[in-house]
Amino acid sequence: MVDGHWRPGTGIPVSGMVDRIAAPWGGRTPYAAGKPWPVRVDTFLESGLSEADVERWVPAASVLHSNGDGEDIAVKDGRIVGVRGRAADRVNHGRLDPKDLYGWQANGSPDRLTRPLVRERDELVETDWDTAMGRIVARSEELLGDPGGWGRFGFYTSGQLFLEEYYTLAVIGKAAIGTPHMDGNTRLCTATAAAALKASFGTDGQPGSYTDVDHCDALAIWGHNVAETQSVLWMRMLDRLHGSDRPRLLCVDPRPTPVAQEADVHLAPKPGTNVALVNAILREVLERGWIDGRYVAEHTLGLDALRSTVEGYSPAHAAEICGIPPRDISAAAELVGTCELLLSTVLQGFYQSNQATAAACGVNNLHLLRGMLGRPGAGVYQMNGQPTAQNTRETGADGDLPGMRNWDNHAHIQELAELWNVEPALIPHWAPPTHAMQIWRYAEQGSIKLLWISATNPMVSLPELARIRTILSRSELFVIVQDLFLTETAELADVVLPAATWGEKTGTFTNADRTVHLAEKAVDPPGQARPDLDILLDYARRMDFRDKDGEPLIKWRDPEAAFDAWKSCSKGRPCDYSALSYAKLRDSRGIQWPCTEDSPEGTERLYTDGRFNTDPDCCESFGHDLVTGAAFTEEEYRAKEPRARAFLYAVDYQPSPEVPTDEYPLILTTGRTVYQFHTRTKTGRAPQLDAAAPDIWVELHPADAERLDVHEGDVVRVASARAAIEGRARICGIRTGVVFLPFHYGPGPQAAPRAANDLTITAWDPVSKQPIFKVAAVRVEHVADADGRPAPAPTTTASAPIGADVPRTEGGATAEVREVMEAG
Amino acid sequence: MHLAHYVGLLHRAQVELARAFREIGAGDPDEADVFHITATLAKQCDQHAQRLEPFAQRYGEDSPDEPERLHSELFRGTRTGPIGLLRDLHDLYLMAAECDMAWTLVGQGGQGARDQELLQVAQRCEPETAMQMRWLRTRMKEAAPQALVVAE
Repeated sequence: MVDGHWRPGTGIPVSGMVDRIAAPWGGRTPYAAGKPWPVRVDTFLESGLSEADVERWVPAASVLHSNGDGEDIAVKDGRIVGVRGRAADRVNHGRLDPKDLYGWQANGSPDRLTRPLVRERDELVETDWDTAMGRIVARSEELLGDPGGWGRFGFYTSGQLFLEEYYTLAVIGKAAIGTPHMDGNTRLCTATAAAALKASFGTDGQPGSYTDVDHCDALAIWGHNVAETQSVLWMRMLDRLHGSDRPRLLCVDPRPTPVAQEADVHLAPKPGTNVALVNAILREVLERGWIDGRYVAEHTLGLDALRSTVEGYSPAHAAEICGIPPRDISAAAELVGTCELLLSTVLQGFYQSNQATAAACGVNNLHLLRGMLGRPGAGVYQMNGQPTAQNTRETGADGDLPGMRNWDNHAHIQELAELWNVEPALIPHWAPPTHAMQIWRYAEQGSIKLLWISATNPMVSLPELARIRTILSRSELFVIVQDLFLTETAELADVVLPAATWGEKTGTFTNADRTVHLAEKAVDPPGQARPDLDILLDYARRMDFRDKDGEPLIKWRDPEAAFDAWKSCSKGRPCDYSALSYAKLRDSRGIQWPCTEDSPEGTERLYTDGRFNTDPDCCESFGHDLVTGAAFTEEEYRAKEPRARAFLYAVDYQPSPEVPTDEYPLILTTGRTVYQFHTRTKTGRAPQLDAAAPDIWVELHPADAERLDVHEGDVVRVASARAAIEGRARICGIRTGVVFLPFHYGPGPQAAPRAANDLTITAWDPVSKQPIFKVAAVRVEHVADADGRPAPAPTTTASAPIGADVPRTEGGATAEVREVMEAG
Repeated sequence: MHLAHYVGLLHRAQVELARAFREIGAGDPDEADVFHITATLAKQCDQHAQRLEPFAQRYGEDSPDEPERLHSELFRGTRTGPIGLLRDLHDLYLMAAECDMAWTLVGQGGQGARDQELLQVAQRCEPETAMQMRWLRTRMKEAAPQALVVAE
């Protein structure tokens, strides 16, 4: 930050240069309820360049989180030289996240993959596309030749490709090969959002709009470190919180996140106890009569069962389970129970924890009981983590069917069969699509023999990495990796395909509030790298996939035609894109689906009339038992007579699969920092971001640190029943008894292992199948003294140190971003 | 009155089912969901057995000798491999089905004996047993195509 330009707390918007490493959220532009969020345009250009030097600005949106911030890519001499937020965009009003401001530099990294690689005698060697694709096709044909060939294929994709690519992949998987074994790493980040939305409201699809921030008088942030994961959404909230009619803020998080620092009520429950907490809050809301009786009677099902389940969770009882004061639970209930316009957001603290779907449904229950849906300021965001995760889900590139169709509904399968002109029997619909962890299990057992991994790095991001390494190293398993870099995963592949990335290809994607953006190609990909869509289309062509009339199954050859095909697939479904087009998106501020003939400008909020997608002919699932994941049948579902009413689901609290023991007395939770995304494939290659958080650290509470005789910067060993890693300790304000590790860092070249996911447990939520990354039992031991070096953890965020003199996290001159506030 | 026999049968079937859930879970630790959910369901079965105990005592005193071949033997240990898992889950399904029907019949006995407490226990536990069967059915349906057609 440059002194005199940004004045925190003054509320006076001033334009100028801001070090956005030191001040990740930039300058404040406070505003009051019902007023427009002021514009602030953030621009970052390569050193020495000004806007006058930029030859072209190419419209795109952000890809290093799920917020979907509109931005323009600056191009000069055929290279990307910077980014600028789009002032008119409905999502960000010009602002950008630090990851997007600096992360684009990774595109030009000298270690980009520029040629395909194939494995020759234990070594990956460069080759041409014909050779690489030829090997994939030969293996594919061999595997498809025998009965059950479909079952030998597994596709593990991402939340970071474009809609057109996912849809093409989904059609290849579901209509050509006919395999249910396709999922995304979205299973690790947003599967619970989808599962909870389906369970409560009938289908996936975020009810709320980001503009709800502009109207609410209470914000409830459930297990969501929004300041670091969707920093522009947090800027919007922060500007309301600093405005003249500040909404009240509830934060549920075991760490002292920036959200917790701003909160009126901060609950730091013991990891794994969310259901007990939510049940207690629901009980208070019911007992104190804070419900909208008419809304509940007309628009919900299941009040009696909910009431009898939550009855046993008095604040005192829940407080004992969660390890927090009972009065704080009552205060939280009062905050969410007495406000006029409640906005909730939910993310990994719920999704990657114990009883994930049940806990997330608990938040939906709160909104249903209070009638807080479908009005400006009354909404819930079951968030996404990744930029295009919503599209993975919509298009069926994960464990869903395209267009939010129900695998157990014959009419839905028939629709797809007609659309694709294939036999319905070919489309896998005998059971739910195989979830990621089960795909890996089949690969481990050897029944899956070809695993195609696109745009994700499971060798860092999956639980229990030693097991994943063993699976990927199996000689019988043919592994294809499609990525930008030779990632930890790519190193174990049989064929590596160099892919183009954001800025080098054209496509659309949809953010957490259903806003669709078009991101256009700005520059050519390096060397022989190709857009993922082209790779998939090339595979389909070489495999000669046909429909039942002998015509090519995949009839599109470019992104726009793929988008048009998707429009037909989505028509009539909740995620209806039918009135969108590239031309319309090109001039837009971002458009929210459904976008139809009747709502050509998109739809800001879902369920405005209290009618939900629970009709048996529309719903995406016939429902599950939240305790076991047992599926209900169509008959059982119809017997509930949903009649467009939402479901109130509640279950009892059960302890997490792994709880602390004498040997492993602490609870490990993992998570993110504002400066890094995922496994640092991109952010680790942007110098400002890398320097801000270059290596793993271990967060400990001062009381735990004192007991272990550990000081700031000391090297500690963190061991679970599965493995041990080493890192420097950061003594901070985390809950006692809890250890936090950022999960971004891969095994790395150094001597001691450092990947958080070496420690995590293989266990998942019974309904969403999302792994439980946030609850593992560990012990911590002192290994070596700090020797004057602090932990490499940011001081600006949840990892801020206490009681030690640690140099502040700053980016200096190379991190200066121009912020221009709108006049007035 | 033979109610004690059926309460006893159900009690033993629940104890056996708990044991089988635990054994199959421990036998398939690499099937992470089976491992964790069977542990939860085993505890549920323990509770069912516990809830039946007072009634076994209540009706046991004036009960004639146990009839022959009252108890069935459905489970004889875990197996390995994808087909083995399917067979293990199938065994559990049959055992849960036996419990499910026994809950219905014990509930009917409770009606006849005008025993509201027994009826309440049956009404509370039977749906949980039915849900165990649903889970087993769901899990087997998912696993069957891969185990029966694809796996070697």
